Amino acid sequence: MTAPIVQYRDVCKSFGDVEVLKGINLDINPAEKVAVIGPSGSGKTTIIRLLMTLEEPTSGDIVVDGKNLWKMEKNGDMVRANENHLRNVRGDIGMVFQHFNLFPHMTILENCMTAPVHVKKENKDEVRKRAVEMLERVGLGDKIDNYPSQLSGGQKQRVAMARAVVMRPKIMLFDEVTSALDPELVGEVLEVIRDLAQHEDMAMVLVTHEMDFALDIADKVLFLDEGVIAEQGSAKEVIEHSQNERLQSFLSRFRS
Amino acid sequence: MNSTYWSWERFLDALPFVLDGLWITIVLTISCFLFSLLFGFVWTFLKRIPIKSFNWIVTWVMEFIRSTPPLVQLFFIYYAWPVIPVVGVTLSPMTSAILGLGLHFSTYIAEIYRAGIESVEKGQWEAAKALNLSTMDKWRMIILPQAIPPTIPMLGNYFIIMFKEVPLASTISVAEILLRANTYGARNFAYLEPLTIVGIIFLVLSYPSAVLIRKLEVKMNTRFDKNAAAKSS
Repeated sequence: MTAPIVQYRDVCKSFGDVEVLKGINLDINPAEKVAVIGPSGSGKTTIIRLLMTLEEPTSGDIVVDGKNLWKMEKNGDMVRANENHLRNVRGDIGMVFQHFNLFPHMTILENCMTAPVHVKKENKDEVRKRAVEMLERVGLGDKIDNYPSQLSGGQKQRVAMARAVVMRPKIMLFDEVTSALDPELVGEVLEVIRDLAQHEDMAMVLVTHEMDFALDIADKVLFLDEGVIAEQGSAKEVIEHSQNERLQSFLSRFRS
Repeated sequence: MNSTYWSWERFLDALPFVLDGLWITIVLTISCFLFSLLFGFVWTFLKRIPIKSFNWIVTWVMEFIRSTPPLVQLFFIYYAWPVIPVVGVTLSPMTSAILGLGLHFSTYIAEIYRAGIESVEKGQWEAAKALNLSTMDKWRMIILPQAIPPTIPMLGNYFIIMFKEVPLASTISVAEILLRANTYGARNFAYLEPLTIVGIIFLVLSYPSAVLIRKLEVKMNTRFDKNAAAKSS
């Protein structure tokens, strides 16, 4: 059995007085596809934002590929990680956002090339080749010199995915990536995710409201409710055999 | 006919005398502006250092500079500072003016920088982090290219305001156009024509600059809308 690539151990997170996550324990295996579902406000997004280091946990540990994400060793003690340590561990992780967050002053190709060239110091021609291939794969080969403002929401999100994949992360996080899209554009984005899920051997964590899609591609489904993982297992286990009433009532809302 | 209020002859006589001070006005405006651009950056940087007590001090020093009249600051730097033991330095009128006006306006410029930085969406900072950019690269490639353009019209406005504040330097004997006009007036007992000339010079130089800045503003507001740019080209 391989070691998990990500481990959450008793992770808690509060914003002020509001306790968003109340003791999360979770293992994610390499190449595993995990879907996180649950009512809004249940802490789904916070789980992946902690992993991307966009928020700091209030307590608990997150271990990425054997390295403690938020703590580092100093003179034999575990202390709060500094930016260097965070950068070191964060390099394995990529993320796609609800609102795309493309860089508006750069072309599509530049958006995809910046990080590999400047962060990983890779050869520029090689990165260009890879970025163009990736953009072709998401169906935007003819748009590489356009700016984000010239694209539709679905196209922007496909660029955002290409930009993240070109960095070759071991773990990819998707934060409600179809929530900001017009309904007719959701399909094209889900197709790209499906393609990545089938052909890339990175772990993927999807926070999503696209229930059928999530259950279809996920190896593991987490049902998050009021800051705790209320249910987890394969899609089949969770949907067909769960006795959790809150989960059943949550799922029933997606079956009309 | 000797007792007319206005004489074109005197106007033409005073014109070259006053214009002689124009280059000093312009050099002083540009120097003050560059100084305040640079020092505005220093304030912005100091304010971003995440130490509460230090931040508090910086905020109050800035507030103090902003709430005192620039004229008082000029007088202090030129007349009072040299008298202070140990730290006292005697500065030339020109240097005092650059330091005084530049420092005063740098506190406003710092606010413009802050507004520019805050205008960059939170998602941009998060994307920079998710792509693991270094702090240096994040500022250089993501934040500043988006933060600077919207500040340009505002900075331009301050350039014009500063231009119009430069006559304050005449009070510490910098021979810019207002001092030249006053000198001419005192020598010939005629202030109307030279002071009118000063007014005209300011109008002629600031009005076109203001129009230019308004155009710049429109351009900056549509800078990311490449569709509009593509259609018009």
